[in-house]
Amino acid sequence: MQLSRDELLSAYQTMKTIRVFEDRVNQEMGSGDIPGAVHLYAGQEASAVGICSLLDSRDQIASTHRGHGHCIAKGCDVPGMMAEIFGKQNGLCLGKGGSMHIADLEKGMMGANGIVGGGPPMICGAALSAKILGTKGVAVAFAGDGAFNQGTTQEALNLASIWQLPVVFAIEDNGFAEATSSEYAVAGDIVKRAQAYNIASEKVDGLNFFEVHLAAKTAIERAREGLGPSLLQIKTERYYGHFSGDADTYRSDEEKNEMRQNKDCLKIFRNKVIGSSLLNEKQLNDIDDKVLELIDNAVKFAREGAEPNLEDLTKDVYLSY
Amino acid sequence: MSIKTFRQALNEALHLEMSRDKNVIIFGEDVCGGTGGTGEKDAWGGAFGVTKGLLSEFGPDRIMDTPITESAFVGAAVGAAMTGLRPVTEIMFVDFLGVCFDQIFNQAAKVRYMFGGKADMPMVLRASYGAGASSASQHSQALYPIFTHIPGLKVVVPSNPYDAKGLLINAIRDEDPVIFLEHKMLYDFSGEVPDEAYTVPFGEAGIIREGKDVTLISLGKMVNVCQEAADELAKENVAASILDLRTISPLDEETILEFTEETGRVVVVDEAYPRCGVAADVSSIIVEKAFSDLKAPIKKVTPPHSPVPYAPNLEQAFLPSSQNVIDAVKEVIRGEK
Repeated sequence: MQLSRDELLSAYQTMKTIRVFEDRVNQEMGSGDIPGAVHLYAGQEASAVGICSLLDSRDQIASTHRGHGHCIAKGCDVPGMMAEIFGKQNGLCLGKGGSMHIADLEKGMMGANGIVGGGPPMICGAALSAKILGTKGVAVAFAGDGAFNQGTTQEALNLASIWQLPVVFAIEDNGFAEATSSEYAVAGDIVKRAQAYNIASEKVDGLNFFEVHLAAKTAIERAREGLGPSLLQIKTERYYGHFSGDADTYRSDEEKNEMRQNKDCLKIFRNKVIGSSLLNEKQLNDIDDKVLELIDNAVKFAREGAEPNLEDLTKDVYLSY
Repeated sequence: MSIKTFRQALNEALHLEMSRDKNVIIFGEDVCGGTGGTGEKDAWGGAFGVTKGLLSEFGPDRIMDTPITESAFVGAAVGAAMTGLRPVTEIMFVDFLGVCFDQIFNQAAKVRYMFGGKADMPMVLRASYGAGASSASQHSQALYPIFTHIPGLKVVVPSNPYDAKGLLINAIRDEDPVIFLEHKMLYDFSGEVPDEAYTVPFGEAGIIREGKDVTLISLGKMVNVCQEAADELAKENVAASILDLRTISPLDEETILEFTEETGRVVVVDEAYPRCGVAADVSSIIVEKAFSDLKAPIKKVTPPHSPVPYAPNLEQAFLPSSQNVIDAVKEVIRGEK
């Protein structure tokens, strides 16, 4: 383990921020003040943070409908995100995009995406820019086990491989595409499929931040050195249903209890760093307090934000028309 | 100034823009046509030879063959345009865009709006369109209305070599996604084209000729059909104006309404299918905004609501002809209220 104390604290803080953000969004959904649907990332934090903690401002990510975690991990402004989800003028996208379209190009966050499999082709373009413009940037496409079956993803794997693009495909396999199990819907093996495209691939325990981080480090370095794309199949858990209103009855209570008890990447992280005396309980609890305050303020910021101006309805359809 | 084909005019536009701006790159299906083979590396230069010679001039980092995976490479154009490049992608036939509608409709067209104006999308997607080559139902359509329907896209359909060059240069310099459609029967059509770079602006219809009796509104190859019809009508002392829309998103409503007022009679000639097509759209705008200027009901000349057939006689029957236009004009004149 080569992470410094500050890096560990930062990783924990980001994972905790995602968890509390998502739990709070879920709670605020109940108030009726969030206008659309949300797809919550809770449970998968070690994936977003394990990867994005290795990226810098040269690097781009493309995300999914379950994008809040990727946004936070890539440095998007948290109050601005919350305001966007509330559909407010002070949101990151001025209330025009909402939960499924949060983006911040200045941070290298190319957008959550409402279309399953929308990100992988796009990330090939970002990688092509990095290659042609010589930025040494790396492009990461987050996609789920559902998106992995899309033709777009398979086409993107092929293109990234033949063009040797600096891409990492981060396939977050949370076991379900909406309500359909990946056991049922994914033929064969994700890693082997990618290997057939001549892409370096491995399966990673997505509940273990350190394992994700280690595998991502290798993949990102490979891309940065011009050695082509990689794929990580990140085996993870989705705490909530597919979307906020999903009763999630297709998973047994037993399975869900087991997941919450024993498959929590944050608990696993805490136990590891405390157990090996890298960090102590107080340091982590202090972060917990800080995060709660951040999220409280984010909700306050969102609630106090004005609704978008009606005259902006047709603004930004084009730059000029 | 010299006489050049539509194909040469497009090639010159690409050449000039790639020379001017190193961020302009090209990729698509066989835009070189030969990558990985044992023979000529740009054997094709695109399915219609438009990009021929660019490989030797700009090298394989600026112009690249793609696998036949439209979703991947059109999606890649979206990502590249968001991150600093100005991609010009080529799809052989507009009919093939069905396999990558998501990248066009949901990604390219929406990014600027969804992200609160914080993203540019300087990409151009070129494709051939149109009937007349016995290419049958899946290689002959005039699908521009589908793209015109989508907010966020610009749609360009040039009718002659001069406009083709100026509109393509304008498209490459534009910060919004442009669908640029070239009629496959126009590639060998010649006209005067200046050697230097110039732009033809979007949203300004071309006035091909002015006549007081009727206005023919058209685009793409149908402009030629209108010219033939107008020549014939002139012999019978019917003076027709011809408007060439050039871009249908944005659409030059002002000039359409101005000519409607001047002539009071309108025939819209469109190669797209009749339902929800350009002819229907233009007609509805005139009816809504200039009904009182009309001396007679508008006539639309379009193909039937049918796929494009293969056999030459059927295909010619499918396509609007100059005789169809002449008949429509006469009907409009007779139908005066």
